[in-house]
Amino acid sequence: MNALFQKTGFDPRFTSMVLVLLAVWAGLSALTGGVFLTPRNLYNLSIQTCVTGVMACGMVYLIVARQIDLSVGSLLAFTGMLIAYTQVQVFPPEAGWGWPLSLAIGIAAGVAVGAFQGWWVAYRQVPAFVVTLAGYLMYRGAAFLVADGQTIAPLHPSYQLLGGGMSGSIGATASWLLAAAACAAVVWQRWQARRTRARYEAAQLPLWADGLRVVLQCAAIVGFVAVMNSYTGLDAAQQRVAKGIAVPVLILIGVVAALTFVSQRTRFGRYVFAFGGNPEAALLSGIPTLRVQLYLFMLMGALAALAGMITTARLNSGANSIGQMAELYVIAAAVIGGTSLSGGVGSIPGCIVGALLIQSLDNGMVLLDVTSAKRQILIGLVLIAAVWFDVVYNRKAAR
Amino acid sequence: MSAQPNANTPLVDVRGVSKHFGGVMAVDGVDCTLHAGEVVGLLGHNGAGKSTLIKMLSGVYPPDSGEIRVHGQPVRFESPRDARAAGIETIHQTLALADNLDAAANLFLGRELMTRFNTLDIPRMEHEARKVIGRLNPNFTQLHKPVRAMSGGQRQTVAIARALYFNARILIMDEPCAALGPAETRMVIETIQRLKAEGIGIFLISHDMPDVFEVCDRVTVMKNGRVIGTERVADVTPDDVLEMIILGRAPEHRPHAAPALATGRR
Repeated sequence: MNALFQKTGFDPRFTSMVLVLLAVWAGLSALTGGVFLTPRNLYNLSIQTCVTGVMACGMVYLIVARQIDLSVGSLLAFTGMLIAYTQVQVFPPEAGWGWPLSLAIGIAAGVAVGAFQGWWVAYRQVPAFVVTLAGYLMYRGAAFLVADGQTIAPLHPSYQLLGGGMSGSIGATASWLLAAAACAAVVWQRWQARRTRARYEAAQLPLWADGLRVVLQCAAIVGFVAVMNSYTGLDAAQQRVAKGIAVPVLILIGVVAALTFVSQRTRFGRYVFAFGGNPEAALLSGIPTLRVQLYLFMLMGALAALAGMITTARLNSGANSIGQMAELYVIAAAVIGGTSLSGGVGSIPGCIVGALLIQSLDNGMVLLDVTSAKRQILIGLVLIAAVWFDVVYNRKAAR
Repeated sequence: MSAQPNANTPLVDVRGVSKHFGGVMAVDGVDCTLHAGEVVGLLGHNGAGKSTLIKMLSGVYPPDSGEIRVHGQPVRFESPRDARAAGIETIHQTLALADNLDAAANLFLGRELMTRFNTLDIPRMEHEARKVIGRLNPNFTQLHKPVRAMSGGQRQTVAIARALYFNARILIMDEPCAALGPAETRMVIETIQRLKAEGIGIFLISHDMPDVFEVCDRVTVMKNGRVIGTERVADVTPDDVLEMIILGRAPEHRPHAAPALATGRR
């Protein structure tokens, strides 16, 4: 089995996670009499995954660098409220420029709060656990103060598209075009990798292994778009049209692509992993470790604000109670996706699979009429199981 | 003592350097020198101040007082980056490798090769790593594994390769053979001799007397943060050196033996 993974270059951990996800889907589908795997439910699932997924990407970076952020749910609420409040109460509601400006304010606030937390952690050596646990309390309070506890609605129609509501998707044609572009990118990237490796006479994976990987990735892309396109809704003219990929899913894909690139191809990403693997070595290598930590929390703040944007846009309102327990889902997604709590190991695609798994369980249990109290218990157990798997896996890998 | 370097200017000239942590004088008024093509052994018990001294030389922390000159120029290192820029490479006892990254990533850590789009040039780094590591240890080809999965000798090879790749003139090696088997120790000793022939100056910290006497030109012995003496290896026996380390006094049986610097200069 190990030899097979080595030969094909497939990551054993990621592969097993995908297989677990597929098994969970099959199980939920059987339990719900097929409802779980209908295009309509999968479309909803894709949107539900976005909030957790966007923040899980940042959490992977933080956990890789041996940090944690427990405040993301509260920060989501604070920034989301700030966006809703400025959009409705401060700027003229009808103006087209109001909502982008409110969005910019929300993201700037997220970055500023992240910088505040990062400063305490990096430059004042207060453990991240403490700083962000305090933040968990503070930003929830701040979210209340923004509008004195009122719920703010309705939001600008254009802004609502960002949440993937009634018409917040891009339709069939654009979705297929994107799928084609994504497949082309997958093929091009693989080919390019083989070419540079050949130029430097580096070790090459067998052609069939690279080919299999490209085929599987393209099949996943095409399959995803096909499902999204087979879910139809009524458009403004009461015509039945295919939905296609939802806007928040596009945002998630953008975040995933950007952060995967950063982790693999930039100095910053390399430093995050080096710091997580051995903080002392990172320091001795002249890496600006304090600044790297500061930037990580700022990044997490920006992503929490993006998640706040998706949440408020989807609900078409801002309320100070949004994002409760999000921190647990986000950390669970990162850990289930193979991010090791001992630092230095983690992957962005992995955390998306983790987020999908958590949301699938949540979604499936809703379909099965499981009460929210019982759902909380199960998600908690899944988190313990995931960390336990991490411990066992690491012990095996160390041998 | 002109600032203009000439053939006799030491590569490194440490003058009266001190460092204390709280009330503990870790390094107390230390003088020592290192010339091109020379290996100087830094000896002493654990806690004698060797590691603190080399951490100041490699920019981990600044001295409280005293002066470090490199190529005759006074330097002040604010970070390891500054020391590297001055041509000082350090192989720390812990090797300072990120266990989760592979050989090439560790070799270029903090000094990555970039493409023209300012992204990591991973194939080129891998190619260069393969070249420099191949020169040190031709049997070492599994560069893709994370360092965690490597043997002690392979890890040491990565650490040495990192120091060599950037054309250091000054090399500090903190117990490079401590965790190695006989064959790997041989590889390190031969590497030291080759580097010496290339004119690189090396500070070597070691507890192994045969190794010290095989490669070192001079030894500087420290105890309790002070330099006990600096001797040419040709002038002393291993017993003399052990006496310096253990009893903290310079050998008395030779009339010309003098404490500290006097015998150290050529």
